[in-house]
Amino acid sequence: MLSKRIIPCLDVRNGRVVKGIRFVDIRDAGDPVELAAAYDREGADELVFLDITASHERRETVVDLARRCAEQLFIPFTIGGGMRDESDIRKVLKAGADKIAINSAALENPDVINRCSKRFGAQCIVVAIDAKLVELEPQKKWEAYVHGGRTPTGRDAVEWAREAVERGAGEILLTSMDADGTKNGYDIDLTRAVTEAVNVPVIASGGAGNLDHLVEVVKEADADAVLAASIFHYGTYSIREAKEHMAAAGICMRLLSGPQALA
Amino acid sequence: MADKSTNVIVDYGMGNLRSVEKALEQAGASVIVSSEPEDVRRADAIVLPGVGAFGDAMAHLQKRGLADVIREEVTAGKPFLGICLGLDLLFEESDEHGLHQGLGLLPGRVELIRTKLKIPHIGWNRIAVHKESRLLAGVPNGSYFYFVHSYVVAPREDSDILCTTEYGCEFVSAVERDNVTAFQFHPEKSSSLGLQILRNFVS
Repeated sequence: MLSKRIIPCLDVRNGRVVKGIRFVDIRDAGDPVELAAAYDREGADELVFLDITASHERRETVVDLARRCAEQLFIPFTIGGGMRDESDIRKVLKAGADKIAINSAALENPDVINRCSKRFGAQCIVVAIDAKLVELEPQKKWEAYVHGGRTPTGRDAVEWAREAVERGAGEILLTSMDADGTKNGYDIDLTRAVTEAVNVPVIASGGAGNLDHLVEVVKEADADAVLAASIFHYGTYSIREAKEHMAAAGICMRLLSGPQALA
Repeated sequence: MADKSTNVIVDYGMGNLRSVEKALEQAGASVIVSSEPEDVRRADAIVLPGVGAFGDAMAHLQKRGLADVIREEVTAGKPFLGICLGLDLLFEESDEHGLHQGLGLLPGRVELIRTKLKIPHIGWNRIAVHKESRLLAGVPNGSYFYFVHSYVVAPREDSDILCTTEYGCEFVSAVERDNVTAFQFHPEKSSSLGLQILRNFVS
C-alpha cells in the first residue's frame, strides 16, 4: 500500500536556509543540503525547497540549489520559486530536481503546464496554489492568490486546481493562506474540496501546529501528503515522532524502525 | 587505472542520469556515464536506468548499437542492474503506445498496471521479497521504496520474480536471474535502503 508522506519545506534565500532550524547533529544550520540530509536521516519522505531570493537573481540561484541538492540527497525533492517558462523549468530538472513547483507563472500563463507536462512528464509538474477564503455562504469559496500571497487573481481556487490537473499537473501543493502561520491546523474544508475535485495527489500545507493536525488532514480531508515547516524546523517534533503518531492513528506511513512497526 | 571495478551507466537519452550516478558514487563505486558500446564492453558491470517511453528507449539503444552489446555482455555473465524503464527493457515486448520489442533477456512482457487506483503509481510503497538475493542483503522484507511508473512487467517464469508490491493489485516490483537484477522502484531515490542495494551491487 502506498504510504502517506511527510514533507518538510525549506525556504532558501541566496543559497541559505532562511528560518533557523534546530538539529543536534549538523554543523551549519544555514546550508540547505546539510539540513536536507538531516531530514532524510530522520525519515522525511520528500523535501520541498522554495527559493525566495529577490526575483532578478533567482534564475541562477534556483538552478544551483537543484544541482547541490542532487549531489547529496537520495530522496525525491521539489524546487519552487520564480520559474517563469519552459526553459527555466528544463534547467532545474536537468540540474537534478525530481519535480518543480510553479504558482504565479501557471496562473498567468496556464499553457506552461500543458507544455511542461507533455515534455517532462506529469509526475514532475507540481502546481502550487495559495488559497484564501472569500465567501462563507451559501458555501465556502476560496480565491487563488499569486506573488507570495500579495495579489488576488479572481480565480476560484478549487476550479483552478481542477483546470491545472486537466492541463497536466501531476500534483497539487495546496496552501491555505488563512491557516498558514496560525498553528491551528490545516484548512480541512479547503483541502477536502480540492481532493474531491482532482484525481492527483494533494499536498496539504499551512497551519500545522501539532501532530493531531497531520492526522486530521489525512483522515478528514484525504490529503496524500502533509507539508510543514516550523513544527519541524524549531524542533517541536521530529519527523520520526510525527510518523509514529500518524501510524498509531492507523495511517500507512514509511517507518524507519522497520515494517514490523506497521503490522 | 582505477583499482576498483568500473560501472557503466548506459546513457541512451532517457531521463536524468545524474541522481543514479551520484547515488552509485555514494555507494562507493567507480562510475562512468556513456553512450559508447565500447565502454559497455570494457566496464565490469552495467547499470541501465531510465524514465520515459519504452519504444523510444529501444529505438535509442538500437540506433547507438547498445542493444546488441548489452545482450552479448549480459549473456556472457556481466553483472547487470536495471532501474525502472531499465527493468521493463529486459523483457521481450511491451504494449506501451503500440507493440515494441525489448531486449528479450528475460521471458515475459510489459503492460499497463491493472489497478483502480491513480496511475502513475507514485510514492513510497513496500516490497514483499520472494527469494534470497545478494542485492537485498540488509534490506528487511516489507521495506518501503520510491516508485514512479505506469507500466509493470509480467515475467513468464515465476522463478525470475524477486519482489512484489501491492497497489490495488499485486505486481512484480523486482526480478532476478543469475547476473541480472532489476527494480521497478528507484534505489537512488529511496534513502538509506536504496543506497544499501546499490552498495550490495557494487561490492
